[in-house]
Amino acid sequence: MSEHAHGDQKGSRFIQHHYDDAQHQFDSGKLAIWLFLAQEVLFFSALFVAYIIFRTQHPEIFEYGSQYLDRTMGAVNTLVLIGSSFTAAYAVRCAQLRNQRTLVICLAITLACALGFLTIKYFEYSEKIHHGTLYGKKFVPHVDPDGATFPEDAVIKPCIHGSEGNLGADPSIPPPAEGEAAPCPDNTNMFFTLYFAMTGLHGLHVLFGVFVFIWLLVRAMKGHFTPDYYGPVDYAALYWHLVDLIWIFLFPLYYLI
Amino acid sequence: MAKENPENPSYTSFLEDPHGIMGHRGGFWGWFGTFDHKRIGIMYLCGILASLMVGGLFALLVRLELFFPGETIIGPQAYNEFFTLHGAIMVFLVIVPGIPAALGNIALPMQLGAPDVAFPRLNLASFYLWCVGAVLLVGAMAMGFVTDQTGVDTGWTFYTPYSLKEHTAGDAILMSLVGVFLLGFSSIFTGLNFLTTIHKFRAKGMGWFQMPLNLWALYATGIMQVLATPVLGITVLLLSVERFLEIGIFDPVLGGDPILFQHFFWFYSHPAVYIMIIPAMGVISELITTFSHKHIFGYRFIAWSSLSLALLSFLVWGHHLFVSGQSRMAGMIFSALTFTVAIPSAIKVFNWTATLYKGVIRLQTPMLYALSFVLLFTIGGLTGLFLGVISIDVHLHDTYFVVAHFHYVMMGSTLVAFLGGLHYWFPKFTGKMYPEKLGQFISVMVFFGFNLTFLPQFVMGSRGMTRRYWDYDPEFTLMHQLSTIGAFVLGISLFIVVCYLFWAAYKGEKAPPNPWGASTLEWESPSPPPLYNFVEQPPLPELYEYDELVYDDEEGGYVRKLRDGGEVRSYRRYVRSKPSGGH
Repeated sequence: MSEHAHGDQKGSRFIQHHYDDAQHQFDSGKLAIWLFLAQEVLFFSALFVAYIIFRTQHPEIFEYGSQYLDRTMGAVNTLVLIGSSFTAAYAVRCAQLRNQRTLVICLAITLACALGFLTIKYFEYSEKIHHGTLYGKKFVPHVDPDGATFPEDAVIKPCIHGSEGNLGADPSIPPPAEGEAAPCPDNTNMFFTLYFAMTGLHGLHVLFGVFVFIWLLVRAMKGHFTPDYYGPVDYAALYWHLVDLIWIFLFPLYYLI
Repeated sequence: MAKENPENPSYTSFLEDPHGIMGHRGGFWGWFGTFDHKRIGIMYLCGILASLMVGGLFALLVRLELFFPGETIIGPQAYNEFFTLHGAIMVFLVIVPGIPAALGNIALPMQLGAPDVAFPRLNLASFYLWCVGAVLLVGAMAMGFVTDQTGVDTGWTFYTPYSLKEHTAGDAILMSLVGVFLLGFSSIFTGLNFLTTIHKFRAKGMGWFQMPLNLWALYATGIMQVLATPVLGITVLLLSVERFLEIGIFDPVLGGDPILFQHFFWFYSHPAVYIMIIPAMGVISELITTFSHKHIFGYRFIAWSSLSLALLSFLVWGHHLFVSGQSRMAGMIFSALTFTVAIPSAIKVFNWTATLYKGVIRLQTPMLYALSFVLLFTIGGLTGLFLGVISIDVHLHDTYFVVAHFHYVMMGSTLVAFLGGLHYWFPKFTGKMYPEKLGQFISVMVFFGFNLTFLPQFVMGSRGMTRRYWDYDPEFTLMHQLSTIGAFVLGISLFIVVCYLFWAAYKGEKAPPNPWGASTLEWESPSPPPLYNFVEQPPLPELYEYDELVYDDEEGGYVRKLRDGGEVRSYRRYVRSKPSGGH
């Protein structure tokens, strides 16, 4: 995969010399990428477990918090990612068939979709920052889910903690006085903590995918990929399908239910 | 093949062959730019032995502080930082990578008859990750002493809420968490690389059940590294973000859940215990059969027990949380599952002892370590069953009993097996012999020093001496003093081992290709091996058959021949052709 590697009579010059042949190299890489994806699933699994646990214990904060999210943007992003998964898969076929021009086009579209996804995500995050619907202590919402501004005297702090039954209740923050309704359920901040943790980690994976597809695009334009050496395209496409798959779970878990 | 031409194997060893990214033979780039698995293994070995010395030094400081009740040499805060340092260095830098990344790197491709691992560059990248992780981890710990900030004093487990910002200020914890994150990925990539290598690089004719047992152990380890370590990765990543941005996922004040951290942490760290012990078991399986000069007893049982341990390791993490607010039902299920771990472990011990029976036992240094292992692992394993019983664990939890138990497993077993394996493969990768008599003497000292250190801790623990305490009641003084004396015997012995191995690597006697009469493929190559491991691809010998391995005085080691002078028959099929190309 670098100029350092050389193959003699083995076809592509990217076949490294400790492999028997092109097929051996391809199979080794394919096994490794599947193992890597298994690793990725376990990497995300802890966050999904956290989601399940917090959702089971506090369903109300998820029902309330999800109203803050923009379903349209989420749905558009889902379509963008699924579309890019298709072009990534089609790129593999083009490489196998030595279809140089379509390969470059497919990789470029995939790259554009990845950037598009991040752009939409940028607008979503900006809105959250603007409205103060952030994680942890930074959860100080200025608006309710419908976009209406909270009244000046609304007790925002109990949204975080302070009411009874909360294990770590901070005694310095008084619970809402009688008759004074808190504008949102206790611990709504946890919804945004998990939202930012999971979509943020997913976003980092998309960002990593951007760099991978730039690299592939450059190599594809140089004509490196041939029917006996298209492993990197195949492996990147598999990675991209996983990134897509994780979003397909995130979208309903946060935006829809 | 070397055995046919013992005087003059016309080859260049990997230590002499110009190699590395820039084509250097030695120097910085000859080593740090190399893709050769043996060189990478040796670099790991140097790093791990250095970490062992540092971690050991902190253990001695901790033990010295406990020599008398009250303050002996350091105050309570420094004490907390020292035992944290000791634990974190030993676990993340020494024991987890010790056998797979260092010894495994050297042995695995050779035992497969392969020219290298499947991904040599990834292998080097794993080593770089290890280095950066080590610098961050040790640097973070040192930061506490250099600056006025609090160092890392949470224990190696980083339990919340100790590790949260409102309890421990400063950047040291954040830095060490990043270090652990990188070390985790070093481990994942090593596992991934080894799994692929075992799948795709077995010599032709080597089926799954013709693999040396060391490879079965590394295979099981690889599965755990790939599937468990990412959970540690995400856990320390979340904890880092928690400290950096205060997102509150583990912070009860913000509605988060500190017990969740314990579940995540032990979901990795229990399999991690098996990541530490299973490769050790693989090494011991090799040593016992070789030094008994007898076929291993119960090959398939040992192989399957490695895999079943890997599976069970994922199902028992809850036994670390018996007193952490886990439901009673969950506690009972985890307790029952914990007992099942004893079955594959016992299968291995029985098979090893059965291999010894009527063997031609030679008590050379690696074998002495192997025999120590069997005894110490049995004690460590059986005391683990005590702790798996909920009612007893409530009493023994967080006492020295637990400390003694896991030191018997992690140090008495894994580190002893590491030393055994190190002495066993040392002649292969350096081409030099270590001083045998000194080695034997030190291995006995390690055994006595170890038991003197940790047997008193079982007694103390069962009488209620709590772990991690800086001070103690005067009634425990004698036990603590015995333990400290033992620790110094052990520490000095290990220091001598490191010294004589470094000396022997340069000045030792020349090693024959097969000094032990071992039957696996790596001993069919000269010592030290050439760059792609084999001068000529050797035929595949019959695994664990010793009839044809006869000591040859001229050679100073074992060669393959029949006693009546007839042909060697045990080679079965011919393996893959010599790797083409090359630098």
